[in-house]
Amino acid sequence: MHTLPQQLANGLILGSMYGLIAIGYTMVYGIVQLINFAHGEIYMTGAFGALTVYTNLPDGMSIWAALPLMLAGGAVVSMLIAVGAERLAYRPLRHAPRLAPLITAIGLSLALQQAVFLWYPNATSGKTFPQLPGGPFHIGSVDIQSGDIFLVVAAVVCMAALAAFVRTSRTGRAMQATAQDPDTAQLMGIDTNRIIVIAFAIGGFFAAVAGLASGLKYGQIKYDIGFQAGLKAFTAAVLGGIGNIYGAMLGGLVLGIAESCASAYISNIPGMDKLGGGSWNTVWAFVLLIVVLLVRPQGLLGERVADRA
Amino acid sequence: MTALLEVENLRVAYGKIEAVKGISFSVEAGQVVTLIGTNGAGKTTTLRTLSGLLKPIGGRIVFDGKQLSRMPPHKIVSLGLAHSPEGRHIFPRLTIEQNLQLGAYLRKDSAGIAKDIARAYELFPILGERRRQAAGTLSGGEQQMLAMGRALMCQPKLLMLDEPSMGLSPIMMQKIMATIVELKSQGTTILLVEQNAQAALSLADQAHVMEVGSIKISGTGQDLLHDEGVRKTYLGED
Repeated sequence: MHTLPQQLANGLILGSMYGLIAIGYTMVYGIVQLINFAHGEIYMTGAFGALTVYTNLPDGMSIWAALPLMLAGGAVVSMLIAVGAERLAYRPLRHAPRLAPLITAIGLSLALQQAVFLWYPNATSGKTFPQLPGGPFHIGSVDIQSGDIFLVVAAVVCMAALAAFVRTSRTGRAMQATAQDPDTAQLMGIDTNRIIVIAFAIGGFFAAVAGLASGLKYGQIKYDIGFQAGLKAFTAAVLGGIGNIYGAMLGGLVLGIAESCASAYISNIPGMDKLGGGSWNTVWAFVLLIVVLLVRPQGLLGERVADRA
Repeated sequence: MTALLEVENLRVAYGKIEAVKGISFSVEAGQVVTLIGTNGAGKTTTLRTLSGLLKPIGGRIVFDGKQLSRMPPHKIVSLGLAHSPEGRHIFPRLTIEQNLQLGAYLRKDSAGIAKDIARAYELFPILGERRRQAAGTLSGGEQQMLAMGRALMCQPKLLMLDEPSMGLSPIMMQKIMATIVELKSQGTTILLVEQNAQAALSLADQAHVMEVGSIKISGTGQDLLHDEGVRKTYLGED
């Protein structure tokens, strides 16, 4: 259980989750310079969307048939909330002082949490998420659950699709232009409002994938899971260089591996035996963030602000 | 014949401060019209309002028979009004070729786009040599060429150039001005904003001098070039 390969695998799994959520922070920030602090809740509502679909499916339906429906349900909920938040809450504040949309995001985050809490108390009213069949798989000394494999594969597929979309499609090119210089992008004929909506929608979709994967991994979900996951994913986005989609994924993976290794090994260091274990995860995650930002304030793959001009 | 662009009593404000205080002018198809004046006269504000980046608080803008004042920028571009902004604003992390392709964002004819990119490389050979390079690596003058080439990619009916000679070496400035002359000879309609009044007036059909948000003097380029007041204030003569 405590071998290094196992810790690395755990870190990659956790990191894939952070990376999927971090994409939403980084895309929105890259285009409108807004930290969407409600994004953790978009992940959470995606998980509940998937669970709601699952509880309404007929008994005895195969998990492989249910999975796409659950993903669709989660994606619809997350994307609608993400796009709705942009349209109704953030767009009217686009030219307001920075603090206004930030506070709006925090308010939205609380409102979404409370709404889910009232509507779906503690997620105990329905079934829990199904378990994916098969596994655990043993690869050398590493044990992996099938839910973990789903998570990692989903992260790889989503990331590859997003990279191809941004690099090769006309809309992807318009996104790059809007991120680099929104006014000039408009002068090219780009409808930047549409690009902003697409960025929120893609972030919402990725959050829904993470929400579904987290339900499959842990079985239970709660109305407040978005807070900590959102904070970690935001950390991952900053760690990797906010605004850069590859940075978000890399930051997620680095953060996941650092957390799992820290909780396993820090307590072995003489004199630090009380500082290890799972409850110290978050502490080490932020220590890592601070250290990286001291050395590279722009994050691992971030560009210096001067390059934006 | 009505003008291609008709601006009537245009007023633009930043908050409570009025930067453009009711100006009127027009641009006929095939003409080069210039707005000159010192910093803060409202020239750039005028162009940004014409392309929809700023919303006017009063007045009318009619381009090619259509009212522009409430239209978003991407719709205005689609009517054939291109804007090469002050400070060039190329996309620094995209290649030169990608910048040019973005200029043709609204066009669907890929063969025509390829032909116009080739034409831009003919007009500015240095851009062709460096087509795969990130645009941010170009010198100021080369970036200006790219910004002009990019604005031409939408096959505009009217090309607006904001301070194309700003910050350039005298040689580079001459090159840019020569290009404007060449575009004019090809029949491109141009609205040119310049601080280099001498150069702008000598190639303009029609010229307007702006001071603190208003047009003070109007006339042909040659008239203003020989106007005593203009010579004193803008051409640095005693």
